[in-house]
Amino acid sequence: MRALVWHGKHDIRCDTVPDPAIEQPRDAIVKVTACAICGSDLHLYDGFMPGMKNGDIMGHEFMGEVVEVGSENHRLKKGDRVVVPFTIICGECDQCKRGYFSVCERSNRNKEMADKVFGHATAGLFGYTHLTGGYPGGQAEYVRVPCADASAVKIPDGLTDEQVLFLGDIFPTGWQAAVQCDIEPTDTVAIWGAGPVGQFAIRSAVLLGAKQVVAIDHVPERLDMARAGGAITINFDEESVLERLKELTHGKGPEKCIDAVGLEAHATRSIDSLYDRAKQAVMLETDRPHVLREMMYVCRPAGTLSVPGVYGGLLDKIPFGAFMNKGLTMRTGQTHVNRWTDDLLRRIQEGQIDPSFVITHRVGLEEGPGMYKTFRDKQDGCIKVVLRP
Amino acid sequence: MTCAAPISAGSAETLARGLGWFSIALGALELAAPRTLADTLGMKDREHLIAGYGAREIATGVGILAASDPAPWIWARVGGDVLDFGTLAAGLSTENPRRGSVFVALATVMTVAGLDVFCAQSLAMNRRVAGQRPRQDYSRRSGWPQPPAAMRGAARDFDVPRDMRTPDALRPYPPN
Ligand SMILES: NC(=O)c1ccc[n+]([C@@H]2O[C@H](COP(=O)([O-])OP(=O)(O)OC[C@H]3O[C@@H](n4cnc5c(N)ncnc54)[C@H](O)[C@@H]3O)[C@@H](O)[C@H]2O)c1
Ligand SMILES: [Zn+2]
Ligand SMILES: [Zn+2]
Repeated sequence: MRALVWHGKHDIRCDTVPDPAIEQPRDAIVKVTACAICGSDLHLYDGFMPGMKNGDIMGHEFMGEVVEVGSENHRLKKGDRVVVPFTIICGECDQCKRGYFSVCERSNRNKEMADKVFGHATAGLFGYTHLTGGYPGGQAEYVRVPCADASAVKIPDGLTDEQVLFLGDIFPTGWQAAVQCDIEPTDTVAIWGAGPVGQFAIRSAVLLGAKQVVAIDHVPERLDMARAGGAITINFDEESVLERLKELTHGKGPEKCIDAVGLEAHATRSIDSLYDRAKQAVMLETDRPHVLREMMYVCRPAGTLSVPGVYGGLLDKIPFGAFMNKGLTMRTGQTHVNRWTDDLLRRIQEGQIDPSFVITHRVGLEEGPGMYKTFRDKQDGCIKVVLRP
Repeated sequence: MTCAAPISAGSAETLARGLGWFSIALGALELAAPRTLADTLGMKDREHLIAGYGAREIATGVGILAASDPAPWIWARVGGDVLDFGTLAAGLSTENPRRGSVFVALATVMTVAGLDVFCAQSLAMNRRVAGQRPRQDYSRRSGWPQPPAAMRGAARDFDVPRDMRTPDALRPYPPN
């Protein structure tokens, strides 16, 4: 089969690789009908996440048709249409039972390595480094889905691929980011990053009833799309984020702040951005936490920071004094996708939201490698790429 | 007229960053060892000037790396190249026993100056090309059946799970 394969930093190719086969009785093989490139994939493309190996198959946002099931998979059958969450879950461990799926205790088959790096292993993820199990990803014609009986979301007839594809990652991710803020009708929610995750966080914050939603980015098309979703926007190239946020909240600061940017935060006109680039260059720091710093500084005391943006390692110059003394709360993590999918699928079915609004590019798998670059560089108005194997 | 930029926006920015680090490294060298440099070039009386140039190099380097648009700082480097060129040219007199080193230094300055100009122009061209590209119109892509104002709070039926709720003490006061 054909698949997008990681060969090194900035080197992703569409290769021919062996087809996957059932390995465990709860597995299923899914023939992919649509998949997407995620901002998280960019961290691998740019070589910021440790633990990738030459030959790894990329991709963790995908859906398709079940073509084979293992002997103990009684929930799925051949021909089922499914969206597969990017988190692999056993559905039976302590964490899964509590709904903390992204820290499932059993699905990471490289537990020992991950225990060493993070203290405890987190769930297995598709196409996302050997620290999370080294599972072949979904930017491919076929994927083996481990424990498919626990995670795969069955899709009822009448919905298109594009309407439901994002149930596997970015829609629940934006949703959890907003839910973690426990939004009050009096809240201002400030959201850094108007990429796909930011766009869904904006929609979710509005649906959950925030008084005011503010989106921060510097890509004009993304800011347009943010405004379409009801956000007030700040272009960080043109104005001071901290001053504008204060102005919009009468000096008090937003009650809730969401980091939908992560470790590759862009340099803004600030000295700390330069500091991060320098330390990253000499490998004294792995991530660029500019957004975290801004959030801690501007958030209203007793407010909440919600961090769906991905970080990989060590961060420097975090104003923890502000965080502690202001009594802020931080909630973070990879998304517990299956915790939200039923509810969000219902909202799509009822017509409350159509997630396909975010798609700007549709191409075949062979054009995938080029699209990584287009998406990374935000060229050609690119916000979300869907690939059709 | 649209003309394609010689290198992509990303490559131009990478080149700019490279030049920024080069500035800082050279500046540090000039600040740390102005006497050695002056001796090498047979320009003993220029020690303070060289240290001053070092400070200038570091300032432009920091500017290039910190600015969201490095182009003006790259042009500042070009200005600096002209100064360097003038200063070095004075060392070419036949009386200078170190003329050879001065020649090498001049050749280096000219090469780097070429790179500086190329980088500044590529940055400008990429900016122009980006400006000419018609901007995609996403201003109606809400994903919703109704305008945002009508959708506000449409999901208030959702029960925030207990583990994600704000503790009572941190809720707005008086509670609403
Ligand atoms: N927690 C999860 O489970 C989960 C799931 C999916 C994605 N993610 C993460 O969410 C983040 C965003 O993903 P995406 O797909 O939207 O990626 P993206 O790269 O398309 O979007 C990031 C956006 O942030 C903007 N940005 C950069 N620097 C900024 C700054 N200083 N201030 C404000 N905005 C800035 C960029 O211009 C860009 O539009 C990534 O880190 C991704 O890994 C997390
Ligand atoms: Zn993702
Ligand atoms: Zn589990």
